[in-house]
Amino acid sequence: MNAIPLSSMTPALPEIVLAAGAMALLMVGAFRERSAQLVNLGAIMLLVAAAFLAAALPDGTAFGGSFTVDGFARFMKVLAFGGSAVALVMSLDYLAVEKQQKFEFAILILLSATGMGMLISAGDLIALYLGLELMSLSLYVVAAFNRDSVRSTEAGLKYFVLGALSSGMLLYGCSLIYGFTGTVSFAGIAKASANGGIGLTFGLVFLFAGFCFKVSAVPFHMWTPDVYEGAPTPVSAFFAAAPKIAAMAIFARATISAFPGIVPQWQQIVVFVAIASMVLGAFAAIGQRNIKRLMAYSSIGHMGFALVGLASGTAEGVQGVLVYMSIYLAMTVGAFAVILSMRRPEGMVEQISDLAGLSRTNPAMAFFLALLLFSLAGIPPLAGFFAKYYVFLGAIKAGLYGLAVIGVLASVVGAYYYLLIVKIMYFDEPAKGFQPMPGELKAVLGVAGLFNLLFFVYPAPLIAAAGAAAKSLF
Amino acid sequence: MTIGLGHYLSVAAILFTLGILGIFLNRKNVIVILMSIELILLAVNINLVAFSTHIGDIMGQVFALLVLTVAAAEAAIGLAILVVYFRNRGSIAVEDINLMKG
Repeated sequence: MNAIPLSSMTPALPEIVLAAGAMALLMVGAFRERSAQLVNLGAIMLLVAAAFLAAALPDGTAFGGSFTVDGFARFMKVLAFGGSAVALVMSLDYLAVEKQQKFEFAILILLSATGMGMLISAGDLIALYLGLELMSLSLYVVAAFNRDSVRSTEAGLKYFVLGALSSGMLLYGCSLIYGFTGTVSFAGIAKASANGGIGLTFGLVFLFAGFCFKVSAVPFHMWTPDVYEGAPTPVSAFFAAAPKIAAMAIFARATISAFPGIVPQWQQIVVFVAIASMVLGAFAAIGQRNIKRLMAYSSIGHMGFALVGLASGTAEGVQGVLVYMSIYLAMTVGAFAVILSMRRPEGMVEQISDLAGLSRTNPAMAFFLALLLFSLAGIPPLAGFFAKYYVFLGAIKAGLYGLAVIGVLASVVGAYYYLLIVKIMYFDEPAKGFQPMPGELKAVLGVAGLFNLLFFVYPAPLIAAAGAAAKSLF
Repeated sequence: MTIGLGHYLSVAAILFTLGILGIFLNRKNVIVILMSIELILLAVNINLVAFSTHIGDIMGQVFALLVLTVAAAEAAIGLAILVVYFRNRGSIAVEDINLMKG
């Protein structure tokens, strides 16, 4: 038997740390009474450590090429692990107040983050499938985390059924791609797929159906509003942040590195999905009364915008996707910090009308939420504008003028419902005020708000990092 | 008549379609949906093993084994979620899963 040196596994160090840490914390939780606080703290530290490790690792491959570390993986992993850590920080107060403090929550988030890391680094179809399932299986459970609530368990059940269906389709696509190219590695598929072929195209369509489900792009978006609404709010915040980033990362990596020879075939699918998501996200959000449902439609629309960058299929387009995902993370995390602090003495509220007159009952919160909503709508000079600018720039340079025009129009329609919330906060009669915001939510909201406000002063580091990361894929 | 790759692929495609139809046309019971999901994964396994022997590459069979493992984990989690749902709602009929309108 060939001996494998332990050092050959170094590229997977962040994931190994996360997985081993999750097991250790599971033991702590199982054998110590009331250890939820301790486990939460440990999980946050592990995620931060994994983010730093992921950022520091040099390029390399492990496990016979099925695990790749490159600039793209580093960038996306920092975002995904960081997003998970922030989501966990934001859940602390909610879980304590709702008496949902169970140590399993943090463990499931850690395992899901491990899956995200494997997914982002996947170098072949098998690693892709295993990473995706590790991420999703943990997500199904956290969606149903509040197990005494009908809504939460219903959200978990819906997510599970549709998620399992989508991974079945993804897997069928994988099997066809394997059959018609004779290999599972992305590099091998890229070589064998240069001539295309009908079987390969079929496989590609099934594979994309699975990806679209995970990033919640139309026509596979139908789970998103129900799951966001039914799941406990910190879980919705987590769903909106980290898994989207990991899924978008593998979408980009698989299309760019495995199918460079058949760009026209996948480009038309991505263009269709991007247009449908942007338009549906813009129009369907208008009638929503529940702010979590609204955020779900908003995230569908934002995934459409990010896919505009991918549709161009160039390094600039992928750079746009990376910039978009990082700014989207900041915006959505900030918005959820506000939603998590919509608490009255009688309990959590989640109707948009509950925000009425917030500018008088809590001016600071209203100001920061208005800032984030302007940014989500893409109004200059806030960060959301630059996010949209870079994806549309990528599309224009690739000659996709129609797509860019439809995108701009959809973002105008989308601005309506964001500005409607601002109007409700600033000009409607005040509703009853909320309880004071917990410190960690204040910190998250403040950092996210300032990032969005001041991004235009010094955008170069993020743009340059995204550019370097995007180049590593080509 | 010899049985070739095409026959295996046809069986897999039929099973896959049956699984998808089972999820969408079924109005009765969530257990049937879980069975349909298993059917889809088995169709994929037939595909993988058939391709693997046809092109003489072992990776397809490795993939099939991993799919079997993950399918077991998936079924376990699905049933667990179904049990907590049944405790809250008292029913697992598909038309009762309607608290939030999608």
